[in-house]
Amino acid sequence: MTKSKVNFFTVERAGVNTTFQDNGRKNLNHIGIPTSGAMDKRNYLIANALLKKDSNSAVIEFAYQGPLLKYYGDKLFVAITGDVQFKIIKDNKDIINGEPYKVYLIENGDQIDIQSTNKSVYGYLAISENLILDKIWDSISTNTKAKIGSNNGEKLSNNQQINIEHKNRNTSLTKLNYINSKIEYIRVLKATNFDYFSEKAKEIFFNKEFKVTKLSDRMGMRLEGQILENIVNTNIKSEGLVKGVVQVPSDGNPIIMLADHGTIGGYPKIANVISADFDKLAQMTPGSSIKFKEVSLDEAEKLFKFYNLETNNLINQIS
Amino acid sequence: MIKNILNLGDAAVYCDFGKDVNQEINTNVIKYFKNIREKNIEGITNITPSYNKLIVSFDLEVTSYSKVKQLIENLEIEEKKEKQKKLIEIPICCETDFKLDHDRLEKLLKIKFDEILDIFFNKEYFCYMTGFIAGMPFLGDVNEKLRLKRLETPRVKVPKGSIGLTEQFCNIYTYESPGGWNIIGNTPLEIFNKNNQHEPALINPGDIVKFKQITKEEYDKIKS
Repeated sequence: MTKSKVNFFTVERAGVNTTFQDNGRKNLNHIGIPTSGAMDKRNYLIANALLKKDSNSAVIEFAYQGPLLKYYGDKLFVAITGDVQFKIIKDNKDIINGEPYKVYLIENGDQIDIQSTNKSVYGYLAISENLILDKIWDSISTNTKAKIGSNNGEKLSNNQQINIEHKNRNTSLTKLNYINSKIEYIRVLKATNFDYFSEKAKEIFFNKEFKVTKLSDRMGMRLEGQILENIVNTNIKSEGLVKGVVQVPSDGNPIIMLADHGTIGGYPKIANVISADFDKLAQMTPGSSIKFKEVSLDEAEKLFKFYNLETNNLINQIS
Repeated sequence: MIKNILNLGDAAVYCDFGKDVNQEINTNVIKYFKNIREKNIEGITNITPSYNKLIVSFDLEVTSYSKVKQLIENLEIEEKKEKQKKLIEIPICCETDFKLDHDRLEKLLKIKFDEILDIFFNKEYFCYMTGFIAGMPFLGDVNEKLRLKRLETPRVKVPKGSIGLTEQFCNIYTYESPGGWNIIGNTPLEIFNKNNQHEPALINPGDIVKFKQITKEEYDKIKS
């Protein structure tokens, strides 16, 4: 048999919500196209950095249970980031218990079995060679609700193939020591409709815990807690939304907008999660509790600078 | 003109054109949208116009609220040539499976469904904006007799093609999506075509829409 020139993974098990993601799309919100892109930016960036790839390279994002992939082709390297439990099953049946933030060699016939994320939602699989994916509006990010992006806007499905453009990229078997820290508070700024809410609602918002419900996905996170009473109007004229907006519909339970959020909404905005806390927010699992803490715009900007500096330091540690 | 500029979170500027919703204010919002867009300002990641607001999002790594706010305040607004308004006919079926909020509409409006339909179809609608989900048009103004609030708890899934009513507006769900509008019927037409990357939306701000009532048979025929 002649050696095949096509390199690919077969999807033996797709996982719960496995999609291709990059940095997402810009300047399309006005026609209703969400930004999309990786939910946990830091872990996405580290995954690419471990394999010395451009910061906007495509990765495989998974939630809860990840995919089981079998590889056919010339050797390549992979890295998994997030708080993830996985193993690599070599073609000769040897099993390697995987460690996140470490580069692994993958050869013909090897399998990557991503079993689960631990007390978190999202993880990332980066591959040293390029995934062959269609770009729409300059991004491969898949938005399954709008059916936009690579893989025909669908999540990965069983038995499909992921094709690889193999250029024998060099990389080294690096490892990064990094532990995903948990967060005590989600920090927010008051938003434009803060004063639509009663004094009691404001007090509840900043002092009581809210539970993350199962109705949470890449679009948004629905919370449940003491009802937030609106004393002005439970509807506003529909207007633009941004990532991190906390909307409160008339049932009094907050909804936080995430990467695939609708571009326009008509529920009052009580608060807005600060950019520095987006990654940690996205990793909160259904059933866990959220407490909000107010910060000023000035503090939010400083916290983002610090977050950014921390991410860059981690990336610089990879050599 | 802009009445007030605020921050929305740490990475967006919220331009408030006032409380009223009318075509004049909306035209002003669109004017600002086009002018900011043409300036190609570094770090701006999205400009989202709506009835009477304009939200300008930016990359906090590149710029900041105070810088973008200042740019907007000092912007010289040029008049743009209006493109010609299009009249678009949209067929809708309001039979059994499609009129999800039949009972709620009758109850809250205190009008029989047949009469609701007569009032609804007897009008042309202006497209104020598109968004929420890809290509969803926000159309107005709905007759005063048909104005009601959103659902108390939004639906997790509104079927693709659904026509929804809320207050003075109606919209079309271009994809299955969560949503809280009162659903009166469903169109078999493809309102948003992502394969047409240049002009994906069938209905754009400024266009005029006329709805036409069709039977389930006609609906199935168009769909197939």
